Order: sequence, then C-alpha cells, then structure tokens
Amino acid sequence: METPRRLLGGGGVLSSRDAAIDIQGLTRVFKARRKAGEVRALQGVDLAVHRGECFGLLGPNGAGKSTLIKILTTLLLPTSGRALVVGYDVATEPYQVRKRINLVSGGDSSGYGVLTVRETLHLFSQFYGVPGPVARRREEELMEVTGLSDKADARLSGLSTGMKQKLNFARGFMSDPEVIFLDEPTLGLDVEASRDVRAFIARWVRERPERTVLLTTHYMMEADELCGRVAIIDHGRILALDTPSALKRMLPAEPAFEFQISATGQDLDSLREIVGVRSISHHAHPATGAVELRVVVQEDDVIGEVLGRLKMMDRSVLHLTKMEPTLETVFIHHVGRGLTDEIVEERDGG
Amino acid sequence: MEGESLSTRLRMNLRAVYARASVRVKASFRERSWLLGETLFPFLSMSAFVFVYRGLKAPREYEGFVVLGGAMIAYWNNVIWGMASQFFWEREQGQLQLYLITPASRMSILLGMALGGMAMTTTRAAAILAGGILLFHVSLPLDRALPAFGLFLLTLGAAYSLGMILSSLFLLWGREVWHTATILQEPVYLLSGFYFPVSAMGTGVAIVGSILPVTLGLDGIRQVFYGHAAHGLLPVPWIPPIQIALTLIFLFIAAVTLRYMENLGKHEGRLTVRGD
Repeated sequence: METPRRLLGGGGVLSSRDAAIDIQGLTRVFKARRKAGEVRALQGVDLAVHRGECFGLLGPNGAGKSTLIKILTTLLLPTSGRALVVGYDVATEPYQVRKRINLVSGGDSSGYGVLTVRETLHLFSQFYGVPGPVARRREEELMEVTGLSDKADARLSGLSTGMKQKLNFARGFMSDPEVIFLDEPTLGLDVEASRDVRAFIARWVRERPERTVLLTTHYMMEADELCGRVAIIDHGRILALDTPSALKRMLPAEPAFEFQISATGQDLDSLREIVGVRSISHHAHPATGAVELRVVVQEDDVIGEVLGRLKMMDRSVLHLTKMEPTLETVFIHHVGRGLTDEIVEERDGG
Repeated sequence: MEGESLSTRLRMNLRAVYARASVRVKASFRERSWLLGETLFPFLSMSAFVFVYRGLKAPREYEGFVVLGGAMIAYWNNVIWGMASQFFWEREQGQLQLYLITPASRMSILLGMALGGMAMTTTRAAAILAGGILLFHVSLPLDRALPAFGLFLLTLGAAYSLGMILSSLFLLWGREVWHTATILQEPVYLLSGFYFPVSAMGTGVAIVGSILPVTLGLDGIRQVFYGHAAHGLLPVPWIPPIQIALTLIFLFIAAVTLRYMENLGKHEGRLTVRGD
C-alpha cells in the first residue's frame, strides 16, 4: 500500500496511484557548454497532476517547462528526485511510460513529404502497436475533428505550415494516450485553427474523463479556458499552483492598468522607479504599432504619477483601462514580467 | 510486464518495422527525381569505366565487374545517406523525439529503415543492372544467379547492419555528418573495388577493405559469375560465414551504440536538440 501524500496547491490528499503525474523533488542540472559551471533547469519540483485533469504549465522561456516535459516523456533523466507517470517511474520503467503517453510540440511537423495525411497518421499509430482497423477509425475521426478530411490523401509536401501543424497535433492522439503532453500546441496557428485545436482538447478531455492533458502555453487565455489547474514555473521552481480562479483571487488587491501609448519616446523601464509601481510589462501591438503597457500599482493614486512620467517621456496616452485580474496578471505578479513581452522580444530577434 | 505477452510486444515491433519500411517503399514509387540522381548519374560513372576497359581491350568480364559494382554502389550510397544519416536528419526536423518516446524498439525502427532502404534501392540497382546488360551486352550466367543472389542477400544484411551502427554514430557526430558521409563514399568506392577486382590493390589493402561487407560480397558475387577471371580475394565458400558473422557482430554493436546514444542523450539532454 502506498502512503497517501499531500499534494501541492490545495489538491487534497491523494495516493500517487491516483495521480497521472507525480513528481517529487525533481532536479535537473545541465553542464554549461561554453563556460564553466552548470545550469539548474529544475530545482526540487514537486507536482501532482490528477488523472482526468487538464493541467497547465505556464512559464517564460528557460523556466524549465521543456526540461520537465522531456523528463516526463522519458527523453531526459532527472539529476535527482523522482517522476512517475501513470504510476511508472520515467527513469527506470520508460517502456511502460511510453506505451501510455504521447507528445505534441507546437511549431513542429511530423512525417515525410512523400506520405499522405492519412498515411502519416497510420505510420505513427504503428509504433504504438495500434491494430489496423482501430488505427483507421481513429485516422478518420482525427482528420474530421482537425479539419484535415479534405486533405486525407494529399501529400505532406503540398500542405501549408498550419495544416502540417494540425496533422502533428492529430498524430499525438493516434495512440489514444492516457497522458498527453501538449507543448505550445497552438504556436504559429492562425486564430481559427487555434480555436479548433482548443475545442478538440476540451472535447477530448470531456469525452475521456480518465485521460490527462499536461499543457504548456504562452497564451494565458488558452490556459484559462482549458485548464482545471495551472502551475506557474520560473527558474526551475513552481511559484504558484491552483485553479485559475483561485490564483486570481489570491492576487493582492493591487490595481492594474492597461495603457495604449505611442511607440516613440523614451525607454519605459524607468517607470519601475516610481514609488508604488509594483511591476510593468509592455509589448508592441502588432496591428496598430502602438505599445501596450501594463502597470500594477500599489494603489490607484500612483497612476497619476505614471501618467505624468509618460508625458515627460514624450509618450502619448491613446487609451487607458483599469484591468480585472487575469491569469496574465497572476503571471506578472509571480514572474515579474508578461509572457507576451517575451514573444515580442523573440520575434524581434532577441 | 503487467500481463503483456512477448507476442504482443513482438507484434508491435513488427508493425513498427513494416510501417517504417513502407515509408521508403512508397517513396521509391512517388519520388521520380531518383531516376536522374540515383540511376542516371551513377550509370554514367559506371559507363565511363566500361569504356575505359573497352579502350584497353580488357576481357569482357571486366565490363561485368563494373556493372555489378555499379549496382552495388546504389546500396552503399543508400547505407550512407539513407541509413547512417537518417537519425541525424530526423533530429534536424525535430522528429527524432517522436520515435524516442514510442514504445517500439529503436532497433525495430532501424530495421524498418534498413528493409525499406533495401527495397527502395533495389529499384535503382535493378535499373542500373538492366541498363548495363542491355546497353553493354554484359552477360550474367543465369545458372549461377541463385548462389549469387544468396551471397548478395548476405552482403546486404551485413552492409545495412553496418549502416545501423553508423546511424547512431552520425547522430553523435552531429554537424560533421556531411564530412563523414563524404569520407565513406569515394574512398569506399576505391577500397571496396566497385569498378575493379579488389585483389588488384594487393592482398593487404584488400583484406583491410574487407571490413566493409560490400567488398567481400562483391568479390564473391563476381567469382560466382565469372570464376577465376574475377581474380577473387577469398575462396567463395569462406564468404557466406564471414558475412553472417559480420552481420551478427554489426547488429550487436548497433544495439550497443543505439543504447549508448540514447543514454547519452538522456544524460546530457542534447539528443533531441536540433542543430546540435
């Protein structure tokens, strides 16, 4: 008999047998390649994901999300600590884990240009030993729900990037995994395709209450919409873990404001120097070219000083809104910056 | 094992072998560009040697040596570019991790690549062979075709087993893969005697070249077809056991290097990273 242990984030008492993912004290250290020393990608992570849960993992680049997923999918060994997936140790029982999981990395495509969509789905099902008739039924279902039916007999070489990504997404479900790891599944997809993918995930979880999803995403709205619980991870540590609504409630009652300001003017980082400003984040609005600035302040009065400082910086204020707490504000509160800031920096060549 | 029988596991791995092999078989019929790059160009190189031998008024058997060598080159090129380099390309496409997280054995995936590669290359080799027979009137005695075919199959087994080893090594060598593949191309054409009897290089060099299964295989097949005129290196009866031994040794080393490669990747975390 296993001893029940308390889970993080108010998850109650749960036997590790009931957990789809059960992580205790997980640490991963990489040797730095070009310089002496080491990088601690994960630092004593404890986490339990229940069976049937859609669990979100949010964190900036380098936070440790991908390392964690690689360990849980048996691609990487932990330096210390233990991780069980569906009750099996990822380090010592990788075969048992692999039979029960699958992985979709957004932005990637899978398969070969000479194969058709249908053949690609079939190919990857065979590495899991899915019998032919079952595989063929799943192919049809998955092509239907991902909008690929019309392209069933089209070769991959002729598909658009978005179509290839949808195919890669469908591939992950061909083995009907007990736990699926979705690493940024909507990355690079257009709005409509992203919505289809989210709808599919929600339906998959709803129709298969015993199946588990671990989702990493840059899109807070996605996590908010799909995930029963969310963990915020940064520098290899879990900073917060709970339901999205509970995380929002836990925020200190600090007002947050969203500005739209002109793109030209002095550097915005000096706003942090204003007494009473708790955090700021900003990114360029892709459509308008204006800058979206989010400021969390200790109390409403501080915003007057922010406005004054913006004027001194030659930044015109185009729009100002007081924000209700969102997962994004929760993230900024814990990490100190927004996820979208990072996406913009990357796109700009950062 | 949780009640999972050996036969269930075997069935899954056989499905994996078949599925991976079928990619290459389908590719061989759908990608017509190979007709130019993998058949016509090698045929031109082969033709040059045929004309050299004709110019020197060498015995007609030499034209047969060249045509057989030209067909075998197609397989060796497939071992290098289609087997040895494959895991590296899979990694560059971000696809290697999809194989590594499956429960199917990595050896079954490699075996599928090998069998599919053999099937795919057979169309190229057959085209080269047919071209040689029809255009240069090379004669291959049909009554000796069966033992020659047996030797040919053993040679392919050993050559593709070597390719399975190289696939792990190429993955570890990363960006050097282009150089490595090139090193294994032209020098091997020479060392294996693709266009001449390997014994012409002297016994010492020829024996060294025999570590490559295509060397002995080609030497044996030429002897089967042309007897003493082939200037054989080793007696034909010696060659099948050597090829079988090489196959078993290479398969064992392939399994070990594959495990080593995977463990190294798991420890260092660089196996599934692109452009490493």
